[in-house]
Amino acid sequence: MNDHILLPEGSIEKQTTTLNLGPTHPATHGVFQNILELDGERILKATSTVGYIHRAFEKLAERRPLYQITPITDRLNYCSSPINNMGWHITCEKLLDVKLPKRVDYLRIIIMELSRISDHLICNSIVGVDSGAYSGFLYLMQFRELIYEIYEEVCGSRLTTNIGRIGGFERNFTNTAFVKLEKFLATYPKQLKEFETLFNRNRIFMERTIGVGAITAERALNYGFTGPNLRAAGVDYDVRVHTPYSSYQDLEFTIPVGKTGDCYDRFLVRNQEMWQSLSLIEQAYKKVQEFKGAESEVFHADSPAYYLPEKKDVYSKMEALIYHFKIVMGETDIPAGELYSSVEGGNGELGFYLISDGGRSPYRLHFRRPCFIYYQAFPELVQGGMLSDAVITMSSLNLIAGELDA
Amino acid sequence: MSLNNDTIQQTLTQKFGEVLTDWQEPYGMLTFTAPKEMNLKVLQFLYDEPTLNFRFLTDLQAVHYPDKKGQELAVVYHLHNLVDNVRIRFKVFTDIIKPDVFSATALYQSANFMERETYDFFGVNFTGHPNLIRILNVDEMDYFPMRKEFPLEDQTRVDKDDEMFGR
Repeated sequence: MNDHILLPEGSIEKQTTTLNLGPTHPATHGVFQNILELDGERILKATSTVGYIHRAFEKLAERRPLYQITPITDRLNYCSSPINNMGWHITCEKLLDVKLPKRVDYLRIIIMELSRISDHLICNSIVGVDSGAYSGFLYLMQFRELIYEIYEEVCGSRLTTNIGRIGGFERNFTNTAFVKLEKFLATYPKQLKEFETLFNRNRIFMERTIGVGAITAERALNYGFTGPNLRAAGVDYDVRVHTPYSSYQDLEFTIPVGKTGDCYDRFLVRNQEMWQSLSLIEQAYKKVQEFKGAESEVFHADSPAYYLPEKKDVYSKMEALIYHFKIVMGETDIPAGELYSSVEGGNGELGFYLISDGGRSPYRLHFRRPCFIYYQAFPELVQGGMLSDAVITMSSLNLIAGELDA
Repeated sequence: MSLNNDTIQQTLTQKFGEVLTDWQEPYGMLTFTAPKEMNLKVLQFLYDEPTLNFRFLTDLQAVHYPDKKGQELAVVYHLHNLVDNVRIRFKVFTDIIKPDVFSATALYQSANFMERETYDFFGVNFTGHPNLIRILNVDEMDYFPMRKEFPLEDQTRVDKDDEMFGR
């Protein structure tokens, strides 16, 4: 691994320096290692090592029934676990041929876009922290708390949510959840605007990020970039538009794209996406409110074989008891088939490749983790730059250790 | 926008003839199998041919089928044509004794980590890969854990210390 690297001509150093950035360096924001070969402060070569928190999810999934795999997906990109959960539910619903009512789709959009906001706001405020602007982080972080309170109201947990079930949600959204959502929608835009005023035209921030960690659209595609990082390079690929799921086709939104693919463009694209997500939540919420009477009580599909029945039915109805037992014991066989399904996660295309041989658990399940795939571009992105640029590139790529190592 | 599964199948059959087999469309995604020594030729053709234009490697992984003698390991490529928005899936099968498959890293940079991961878990030996070493598991490991001969731990075993393992 340690090939001898010559100092470039004109260097005033006597020898190169090897620096271990990670695995537990505070600036990496996650458990992964970069061995940097430095000429003074300039990076000559970077070698990435991943795998420090590998948890064998794909192997685990081969023994679990479908609904027990949802908590595994939480732990992929833990900054936006609801998107992972929904992506997994959508995959299962395709395999099991479950049709969802529209109201469930819209509720899911609300949750997914909230978690996209919580993902992007962490990433962007951390870019601020790494470039020396701590206050933006404090301004936005309190709004993640509001988002987590909504999750809490819907599913009972905050970070690793396990939200929803195959076929819908575990319970209907309470009135409190909607009140909290309205509070978030009313207060967040003001704060986001202030955040943008702090950063977007800030001379110091621009100097730190423009031209840093840049990648061309062609290289980005070749490296398998997806999501905001690809869009910052100028490619308008978004799974929500290309392969609509969960009724995204009913709503109006634009895909923000950048030009240069550097840290500054990635930052701007993420900010713009938060505005788009806000508008999507508002549209979806409006559509949810249009359901009246019995329709406004619908929160799951009618698929008794896979959707856990209500507890009071379990005690009073024979059928519900049987299904409850079969689902909880994982005794329902799933149809044989082969399926790739993907959603637009916080970092890009989050794909699930599922092969079922007709047994109770998948024969093979593979997660396409966007982070894992675009992380291999990191050495190329930081080569020739300064050490402090490597730190800021890392945070603006939004590398999440849980997604690197499934 | 006129690219559909039938045209892709026709174009590929015209070029490669009968060596491409097992045409299927599970859940709308065109799936086919190629002989393993042809994988790079097929990938290159899909990449270069202007009407096909499959230039994005979405995913690459392997599947182990212990019962298929001589074809135990399948390497699965998911490709995406971003312009026409069509996805295809294509597989090559290899035996487990000598699991050599040509590496796609020259065509796709993104294949680097994905092939390393596939090697790590299934032992598929990608010929021509610049740095084929383990990625998620420890370097000292001497087996390939995602193969089916390694079952998960028996959930009913009782010889473990409950205090340590919390069960």
